[in-house]
Amino acid sequence: MKLEYFKMNSDRITRIVLSLVSFIIVIVAAGMVYSLIEGSIPAIKTFGWKFIFSNNWDPTSGRENYGALPFIAGTMITSILALLISLPLSFSTSLFLGEYFKGTRVARILNMLVDLLAGIPSIVYGLWGFYVLRPLMIDLGIGNQGFGVFTSSVILAIMIIPYATSLSNEIIAMVPNDLKEAAYSLGATRLEVIQTVTIPNAHSGIIAGYILSFGRALGETMAVTMLIGNSNKVPDSLFGTGNSMASVIANQFGEADGLKLSSLIAIGLLLFLITGIVNALGKLIIKRMTR
Amino acid sequence: MRKLLTFVLAAALLSSCSNSAKKSAEGEKSSVNLTAAGATFPLPFYNMVFKKYGDETGAQVTYGGIGSGGGIRSLKDQVVDFGATDGFLSDDKLAEMPGEVLHIPTCMGAVVIAFNIPGVDSLKLSNALLEKIFMGEITKWDDAAIKANNEGTTLPGMDITVVHRSDGSGTTQIFSDFMTKISEKWASQVGVGKSLNWPVGMGAKGNPGVAGTISQTEGAIGYIGSEFAFAQKISMAKVENSSGAYVLPSIESISAAAKGDIPNDTRIMLTNSSDPDSYPISGFTWIILYKEQNYNGRTEAQAKQTVDLLKWLMSPKAQDEAAKVHYAPLPALAVEKAKAILSTVTFGGKPIE
Repeated sequence: MKLEYFKMNSDRITRIVLSLVSFIIVIVAAGMVYSLIEGSIPAIKTFGWKFIFSNNWDPTSGRENYGALPFIAGTMITSILALLISLPLSFSTSLFLGEYFKGTRVARILNMLVDLLAGIPSIVYGLWGFYVLRPLMIDLGIGNQGFGVFTSSVILAIMIIPYATSLSNEIIAMVPNDLKEAAYSLGATRLEVIQTVTIPNAHSGIIAGYILSFGRALGETMAVTMLIGNSNKVPDSLFGTGNSMASVIANQFGEADGLKLSSLIAIGLLLFLITGIVNALGKLIIKRMTR
Repeated sequence: MRKLLTFVLAAALLSSCSNSAKKSAEGEKSSVNLTAAGATFPLPFYNMVFKKYGDETGAQVTYGGIGSGGGIRSLKDQVVDFGATDGFLSDDKLAEMPGEVLHIPTCMGAVVIAFNIPGVDSLKLSNALLEKIFMGEITKWDDAAIKANNEGTTLPGMDITVVHRSDGSGTTQIFSDFMTKISEKWASQVGVGKSLNWPVGMGAKGNPGVAGTISQTEGAIGYIGSEFAFAQKISMAKVENSSGAYVLPSIESISAAAKGDIPNDTRIMLTNSSDPDSYPISGFTWIILYKEQNYNGRTEAQAKQTVDLLKWLMSPKAQDEAAKVHYAPLPALAVEKAKAILSTVTFGGKPIE
């Protein structure tokens, strides 16, 4: 009798504790959104829509003007370019892992390496980019001393390969075997099976994987700030220098106050919204596919 | 952000209070501890002299290198015993403070122009050349104007890469203040500030970032805080001062910038000094404190400790330490004026002895 009472009670306690803990997460998330919005109000009030469309970032007192376009452009261009560069690499790797060499030892080792890539901290990629990739870019004759949008995109591409690979790899491996066997029994070659069965079945999942890794590229800070050149203008070419949203915040928040601080917070809010939308899109596609 | 800072500083203040209470109970080397925050530029100097002061008197001085802006904010919020800044407070800013604020210069530093041109270890830069290079009007090292100013030096036909700070910094402020004085074009198109709307070049974070980028990039030129540059093997340019002499930055030439007359409140940017021996991109760094020390529940002992510390900072003993960590000591006149300012500090309206 006593024990039963205790059991019931512990169950209730667990439920209460769990809901409290999850509620804390809700409060933290809501608090973040609230403080981002509250902090960016002065900038939004002062500049309105011009904040997003103006490319003039001038912190000199007296003619202060903050336009986020250079940073939005920098972030979008580097992330899209990174996605394009990583696409053939990660797609081939995921086919290798999920289809051609599925379950083999080679695949296991390669899979381990891909996971290893995912675990390397951003700053290490940045260092490697600064001391290895950048001199390589100079040797290839790419402008502005190897700094710039293109170099950052290459480093970003390497950083997101593991995410795109492991997501699409899993989805490719999930394609039902009977479908593939049916195709083989009709005399299809391996390539034909991939073209007519695997990819059509897995394509939305693969796309979702790329969207999620795109979301990751958007917020990447350290490696980008070390390589992009940090000039606050819309990049004039793929090999020119620029700046990204995450990197301008990391660079400038320390000595910022007043309108400038508010503008940096507003950039944070924009970045939050963009990554939020991208991630939601990715999740939506995955959900549709698994249904 | 500000709330968090206030909280952290308040916590530090609280703990320092309780520490001091403990200490005074322990023994005679009893002392009141101080909390301060501000500029990062003099951080190595402050770390060293505050520790030395602590060894001598038993007082612990906690200094947080949170940037000049943060130092001013902390003093405004009255959560520190004193603040520190690389740029003096303008009249407008002074009026915003809840009490009268005094500036005490503590040492001097400079901004050096560092470069990386293969085969070139000495470079003379006139004011006109600095303007053209940093405005992006000269883009090649073998430009006729640079050649004419550096006879006997073989300059390669390399692109000039301007490297500046990507973060807000007092170093940028001193550099842009100098540029504004020597170039009308710079004054109207770029101006003065801790971060700028750069016409050309790329940014790197902090002195280490700029120095690293310059040393890794052939053809690069940029500006670095002297306290950092002197500790590195990096090529520095001779810069033309207002007497037309080309001066290499050194402890002596930086100190020389403050040889001339300075105002009684010491609020002066020393860039483009009229002294013929001076390195022209030099400046003071200040400690700022309230003239009336009785605020936010501070004790008279705390006020006295603050003034004692600052007086000690003016002593030759403390000033000699500056050169060891690559800062320039204050010239005699500046020390005199600082002492005069310190003697006006009061607690509850009464002077502190």
